[in-house]
Amino acid sequence: MAGNEMVDVLIIGSGASGAAVAWSLADTKMRILCLEQGDWMKPTDFPSNGRDWEARRYTDFDISPNRRARETDYPINDDNSLMKVANFNGVGGGTILYTAHWPRMHPSDFKVKSLDGVADDWPIDYWALEKYFAENDRMMGVSGLAGDPGVPPRHPPMPPIPLGKTGTRYAQAMNKLGWHWWPSDVTVASQDYEGRAGCINLGHCTPGCAQGAKASVDITYWPQAIRAGVELRSRCRVREITTNAQGMATGAICYDAEGVERFQPAEMVILAANGIGTPRLLLNSASGRFPNGLANSSGMVGRNLMLHPWPQVRGYVDEPVDGDRAPMTVLWSKQFYETDPSRDFVRGYTLQFARGTGVVNEAITSAAVGRLPWGKAHHQAYREKLYRRLQVGVACEDLPEAHNRVTLDPLLKDSHGIPGARIDYTLSENTRRMMEHGIARATDILHAAGAKDLYTSRTILNSPGHLLGTARMGTDPERSVVNEWGRSHDVKNLFIVDGSVWVTGGGVNPTSTIQAVALYIADQIKARLATLFD
Amino acid sequence: MPNESPPGLSPAEIQTLTRVAAVMVPADTTLAVPSAGDPAIIADMVGSLGRDRADVSAALAALDAMAGGSFAAITDDARAEAMAIAFLAREGRPATILGRVVLQCYYRDDRVIRSLGLEPRPPFPKGHTLEQGDWSLLDGVRTRAPFWRDDRRA
Repeated sequence: MAGNEMVDVLIIGSGASGAAVAWSLADTKMRILCLEQGDWMKPTDFPSNGRDWEARRYTDFDISPNRRARETDYPINDDNSLMKVANFNGVGGGTILYTAHWPRMHPSDFKVKSLDGVADDWPIDYWALEKYFAENDRMMGVSGLAGDPGVPPRHPPMPPIPLGKTGTRYAQAMNKLGWHWWPSDVTVASQDYEGRAGCINLGHCTPGCAQGAKASVDITYWPQAIRAGVELRSRCRVREITTNAQGMATGAICYDAEGVERFQPAEMVILAANGIGTPRLLLNSASGRFPNGLANSSGMVGRNLMLHPWPQVRGYVDEPVDGDRAPMTVLWSKQFYETDPSRDFVRGYTLQFARGTGVVNEAITSAAVGRLPWGKAHHQAYREKLYRRLQVGVACEDLPEAHNRVTLDPLLKDSHGIPGARIDYTLSENTRRMMEHGIARATDILHAAGAKDLYTSRTILNSPGHLLGTARMGTDPERSVVNEWGRSHDVKNLFIVDGSVWVTGGGVNPTSTIQAVALYIADQIKARLATLFD
Repeated sequence: MPNESPPGLSPAEIQTLTRVAAVMVPADTTLAVPSAGDPAIIADMVGSLGRDRADVSAALAALDAMAGGSFAAITDDARAEAMAIAFLAREGRPATILGRVVLQCYYRDDRVIRSLGLEPRPPFPKGHTLEQGDWSLLDGVRTRAPFWRDDRRA
């Protein structure tokens, strides 16, 4: 097997957390290498450059790795889960194909056992992360508005994106109901920011931003990390992490861009491969010393998968609104976020208000649920829908349950023959009640907004694809995989910085908090360099 | 219909596709839009099938079977439409994919886009204009006391 030169730090995965930790550790002047199985993206690659931009969301820019099926993707068997998986494998990871919605976890989300008697508390709290949230907001470039009474104080560096016709319609409805709303924080530049031009509204942000107004880490963290000396090798897929007789990580076996198997030695390994990629790699790294997978003496690797169930209610108003001609997320509401003892469930959810959809997607998604007729009635029905859609999502907190898990699929393999992942996931009764409550409130809102022809989707296709909890953080090695600063309990020079370490998931899009946790762990590493592996 | 069979679908399959697309989304002279069976739209479908080819072929074969041999040979529009609607209402990947392929090509045709009052172009580089909206609506929310749960006071 070909060998590479030793590095001090080997980071596996170049997405949200890998980029943040690489950038933060760069000031140590250690030799840092990041291996990424996918490619660098070019602005000209993104769908909004072409007339087929909407169709490509169903092929090479599909958020499902199984349908996207690029050579750089790995298969995930999600047959035994109502919720399907979304991710992206390339430099930037999931930030390439995310909506750029930027809520933070709330303080209460870190204390669910203490406050509500369910699941477990995190070993760290919101306030330990507060400065990292702010640092990350500056690095990613956040547009938003300070003063929201529904969340702790924060100061987005750019003004919010416009309400538009759709946001105004939602706001009127929320005021009529007397419920909280606020313009969403988003990582879409509302004005020129650190080399990124202000958004010109190319359409929904999910399938990549051709103008670079949306912050993905390939254009935020990575250029700075690389200038500071970090090396990033794309098209290098890691098969397994290797260990020595002392139980320490020695590096990783990977396949380079030419498909040559190589050994990459490293003094320490940092996993940043997301809530499915990380347990997959740990389980694929089983050995005689670690027969159940690396760092898995607790049996918790792969367990407690959280996906954020995300029902959505949509309806149509009597005049054209914004459609897909602007960033998708416009408002949030925290009205039902915190636990309310009068409800029949604990914890809560964010209401996420989206603009509509595009010309092609209106037709496809309406036809797919039987709301757009074929034949002679087609044209009139379609024209009554185009650019008139409102849609409210319910971002539910699903509590960790050990039986919701990631394992290795016995049959599926990626393009290098490495076993793929399988997920098994069910909805708890608490989650189901929360979902129904949220659906009812979203329905109230759409009625107040004057929407008609309402349609509810309880598990919208592949959304949201938040992959959390499968290598949880904790102080007890028998019940967690990493300690309170991200180091494996079992392997003293192995760290995990992605969403796998989450103890609970809150009811928000996770990228802001994933990166804050990664920056926190990086600072913990830097503060302990002399005794890091003790 | 194109004179030559583009790679991917046989001439017979293209005939079936043309017939079913035309009844799925018919022409409308009032709106000045072609049917989805229009030659240029069919050429777009066939030329861009890519990974959807097998599913579309399966859908077309199923339609032919429903028609007792050749869906394209059905001359009665009402019967063809009813049969197509029955097929598309089925659960299953081929029907879903056929619907998507027809719609994604129909709704990017220049004539159709113009009939909707839109400009036939990709989003980049011109983008779109987004109005600010009415920010005064936020005034009442701004005065609300913080209601997030502060764990330090719990």
